[in-house]
Amino acid sequence: MEPILDIKDLTKTFRNRGKSDLTVVDHVSFQLYPGEILGVVGESGSGKSTIAKLITRLIDATEGSIFMNGRDITHAKGAQLKDIYQQLQMVFQNPVGSFDPRRTLGDGIGESLRNHGVPKEKCRERVIRLLEQCGLSEEFAGRYPHEVSGGQCQRAAIARALAIEPKILICDEATSALDVTVQKQIVELLLSLQKANGLSYLFICHNLALVQMLCSRVLVLYDGKIVESGTPDEVILSPKSEYTKCLVDAVL
Amino acid sequence: MNETVTVRTQKIKSNHAKRRLCVFLVLTALLLLTALFSMQLAPYDPYAQNLEEAMQPPSVRHIMGTDQHGRDMFSRVLVGGRTSIFATLALVAVISVFGTCVGTLCGYYGGKLDSVIMRISDVCLAFPGLVFAMAVAALLGGGISNAVLALAVVSWPKYSRVARSQTLALKDGPFISAVRLAGSSSIQVVSRHILPNILGPILVTAMLDIGTMMMELAGLSFLGLGAVPPTAEWGNMMSTGRSMLQMYPWIVLSPGIGIFISVVLFNLLGDTVRDYLDPRNSRSR
Repeated sequence: MEPILDIKDLTKTFRNRGKSDLTVVDHVSFQLYPGEILGVVGESGSGKSTIAKLITRLIDATEGSIFMNGRDITHAKGAQLKDIYQQLQMVFQNPVGSFDPRRTLGDGIGESLRNHGVPKEKCRERVIRLLEQCGLSEEFAGRYPHEVSGGQCQRAAIARALAIEPKILICDEATSALDVTVQKQIVELLLSLQKANGLSYLFICHNLALVQMLCSRVLVLYDGKIVESGTPDEVILSPKSEYTKCLVDAVL
Repeated sequence: MNETVTVRTQKIKSNHAKRRLCVFLVLTALLLLTALFSMQLAPYDPYAQNLEEAMQPPSVRHIMGTDQHGRDMFSRVLVGGRTSIFATLALVAVISVFGTCVGTLCGYYGGKLDSVIMRISDVCLAFPGLVFAMAVAALLGGGISNAVLALAVVSWPKYSRVARSQTLALKDGPFISAVRLAGSSSIQVVSRHILPNILGPILVTAMLDIGTMMMELAGLSFLGLGAVPPTAEWGNMMSTGRSMLQMYPWIVLSPGIGIFISVVLFNLLGDTVRDYLDPRNSRSR
């Protein structure tokens, strides 16, 4: 099967003038296949979020390349990026912060639709349908981010990411800012949406239990390098690298 | 119990801010209307000379007295207000819009252009504003529009600094990333999401700046670098009366009162707007 996302030797180095360079992501290569949930685990500072930002082209890669459906998107700009974002979306760690504080949730969800030339009336209908799909009632379209809870806001953020009907969804610690029960609801929502729409997820997370429950494959990241990969059971039950052992021990 | 008390004090505070804002808005509107219709409101022609009545002290006929040409001071203060106030408002509007645009673009795009423009604004900020404005005004020659231009040249960096720092704080935030992922172009990101979010601090800076700018504009006119006689303008009216201060103080004091009232009013309005827009107030609004 052809990978939908193919990452080759991706490297990000932050250059500090006067100080030594800081390599946050170091020659990382992996593939994401259609319909797959790929987990990425690792401690804070291991480069998980940087990988998400690199793939979504919010920051430029220092080295390496990113292929989406066989097309090189490492240096995409302007209109090309707009094309890419039709297939690639992201859910952010901080749900409330990911919405413009001066605009309603409905406005934020419909933004990608309007940018792709969907007429206003249709946009409204679609926003309401998306909200329902994510378990929120119609009235949330008119609310501001500070007027809803974190869990509700994250549901709206998922609705926003799904608005343009992408193929790939990157969840950057999408559940870590929420409490456990809400976390469970969001995970169930993500799973049901995956079944309904045939999405691929890149699920960035530091919760091993969640990864075991959700993912078909998992990558362990340490200091910007992939130290281990395999099915969650392999990685968690019989870790090979030292770091993974530490990680598993820390949970149990 | 404790919580209700906080909520109530917050509410009282915000109501208080709202009432203050209303009062100052009405007073400012009155001032602006007076300035706008000063020609109709003035009891005498501000430019009609009548040497028989020169240097009259304040009386029932001339409540602020007359100047050395026998012109009614009250009429001149009213009409002079129109020049002073509208020139100041135009000045603040120009520098806030220009400074904000430059600052936002520099903050958002960064790079070489940002460095060059910010060094230029550093140079402007390094000189004492009025001295620099005097040099520019002297270069441009007299006239109120040249004085406005001179002050604009030296005062825009303040706004570009504020706009730039606010933009820098916002642009790497998660919601701007989300907006970019929605396929918005840079222009859309700046105009729809960054500008509306930084408008509060800019507005407050502008409101508080009106008083200062009015003083500086009057200062330039006082030094003979702004409005030229016989145009009625508070700064040059004070300037012409300066030599007669000991014998005929009302010639200096009347435009002084005009400047005093408007500067205080605009400063109080600026303070109230700042209190009103304070995020700690917004929750209970």
